Amino acid sequence: MSNRTAGDRALTRHRLFWPVVVLVVLLAANTAYRPSFLSVQMRDGHLYGSLIDILRLSAPLILVALGMTLVIATGGIDLSVGSLCAISGAIACLYISRQPDQNSLGGVLTALALGLGVALVLGAWNGVLVAVIGIQPIIATLILMVAGRGLAQLITEGQILTINSDPYKAIGVGHLLTLPLAIFVALAAALLIAAVTRRTALGLIIESVGGNAQASRLAGIRSARITFLVYVISAACAAVAGFMITANVSSADGNAAGLWVELDAILAVVIGGTSLAGGRFSLSGTILGALLIQTLTTTVYAMNISPQTSLLFKAVVVIAVCLIQAPGFRARFARRRAPASAPAPVTEQPKEQVPA
Amino acid sequence: MTTLSLMATRTWSRLPRRHVPVLATLLLLLVLYGVGVSQYRAFSNIQVIFNVFIDNGFLLVVAVGMTFVILTGGIDLSVGSVVAMTAMVSAFLLREGLPAALVLVIALLIGPTLGFLMGCVIHFFDIQPFIVTLAGMFFARGMCTFISGSSIPISDGFWTRMSQQRIGNPSGNFVSISVIIAFAVVAVAAYTLAYTRLGRNVYAIGGNPQSGLLMGLPVGRTRIAVYTISGLCAAIGGILLSFYTLSGAPLIAVGMELDVIAAVVIGGTVLTGGSGYVFGTVLGVLVLGVIQTLITFDGSLNSWWTKIVIGGLLFAFILLQRLIGIRYK
Repeated sequence: MSNRTAGDRALTRHRLFWPVVVLVVLLAANTAYRPSFLSVQMRDGHLYGSLIDILRLSAPLILVALGMTLVIATGGIDLSVGSLCAISGAIACLYISRQPDQNSLGGVLTALALGLGVALVLGAWNGVLVAVIGIQPIIATLILMVAGRGLAQLITEGQILTINSDPYKAIGVGHLLTLPLAIFVALAAALLIAAVTRRTALGLIIESVGGNAQASRLAGIRSARITFLVYVISAACAAVAGFMITANVSSADGNAAGLWVELDAILAVVIGGTSLAGGRFSLSGTILGALLIQTLTTTVYAMNISPQTSLLFKAVVVIAVCLIQAPGFRARFARRRAPASAPAPVTEQPKEQVPA
Repeated sequence: MTTLSLMATRTWSRLPRRHVPVLATLLLLLVLYGVGVSQYRAFSNIQVIFNVFIDNGFLLVVAVGMTFVILTGGIDLSVGSVVAMTAMVSAFLLREGLPAALVLVIALLIGPTLGFLMGCVIHFFDIQPFIVTLAGMFFARGMCTFISGSSIPISDGFWTRMSQQRIGNPSGNFVSISVIIAFAVVAVAAYTLAYTRLGRNVYAIGGNPQSGLLMGLPVGRTRIAVYTISGLCAAIGGILLSFYTLSGAPLIAVGMELDVIAAVVIGGTVLTGGSGYVFGTVLGVLVLGVIQTLITFDGSLNSWWTKIVIGGLLFAFILLQRLIGIRYK
């Protein structure tokens, strides 16, 4: 214990150390419970397996969480993404269901453009409320969270809209290069956002607005414009996620599509080490957080526990990860442990907090 | 004399400003009721108002608890799940054959305990209320299905009596016992906020936690107290809901936290904390109740219009608060 190197300590202090540990523990638990968990099979030229499923199912969450990361980085929050998923999916499905030929690629593309367009408008509405009128983000987006569900149900007229369109279905369950298409979409979105924010000054500007919008404005950054922009990006991400969710089941349900996805997305962002206070963000952390949540959900399903009870596990994991990451919690441990001469045990204790 | 009259005019001109949101809600409520009365003859029956109270008694109690939390500038997303969990636990324990009094005590203890724990995590570890109560929400909802995957009926004598007891006048108008309990909770909460030290602390901390701390106010204790109160109110709300439905269902009250938050905001409480009244919350709940009644009376409008209208009202009231210049962070 005493010969623990500085490198070890730096590793355990790393922002993403504990999320990774939890993810590995979850995967290990799955493998122990069901040894075939890690196997990936080739069938009909497509890869199949639990791991692939987790990746495919986490794609919508990753998308929503990426947009949410940028919003949270500016110190805001976007509660409306779940409703936006439902609205964009409902619009796309409604348009396709009205087409004479549901399989025409042009029709599907128009439907996607329509859904995305409406989502962008609603994102702009959020952005105006927050950036121009200056309403607290949590309330501004709460409006659309409540009303948006109603709008989605209005679009589908309270029914579950079922469509039969192969090109649209491909967004959810199609394959490309043996892997599900959804994974590539999520990956492309992640790379695009990473490139735009990390290869240009935009990421830094977003962080500075989150750190202090007033100071950033005085430093010559158009804070309001940046704030506006992140809500639009978040809405666009939510729209694509909505297409995936509805395409997965080839139907649009105004009530259930994207339900609670905003909460999962916020959790993913927080687990990924992005502070809710804003001013800093980690895209890789967010993706990791989203994967962690989806793995947890899949684990619970695989162990024959009811989906609702999975919330119990989610609560435990969330609290554990948040506590371990909280500066207050760490400081408390450090203070309590400080009189004991060796600094090494400081990072030892929290391991017990991690649920298997 | 001049200073006195000056002060008087100043307080006079400042007072309505603080009351404008509440007065606006009152006006809205009257307009909505007027629309109802003018459109449907049966609407003017006094029982319609009583039914709004009967149907929303539990919502009112929970909203009162939420008012405390929002006044300190926090938020409690766990209330809907705690309501469901309380109803579920009481239904389960009653089925197991425990006496009603004991069940009542146990059920009423769960909510405050969870609230207390969440308050402690929020205060001591400095984690956002949003995240902590979100975890609390997941936990409570998970517990519901952990107890039972399907709904449990309640056939206990005390519960059925509380459910069916009607308190009314000879002409046939009545309220349920739940309404009386809800009113009692409202009265106690209003008194606590207006006339006790705890209530003043809640307003002070909501106004500015930093200066509250510098003034020597027990910030931590108050903050933990409001989440405990909210948990207690959610527990009472859960009991009232189990009186109302005579069952515990794992998926009942899903999304109720949004209705509750909407009611509090429409009632004029500012979400950054420090300004608002329990009376406003009562009006907010009534507005939601009357909208639902209107939509029921209409028959051709569908339930999703409720959500759209509530969203629209939220927007209008937030804009109103903004216009009359109540401070936003």
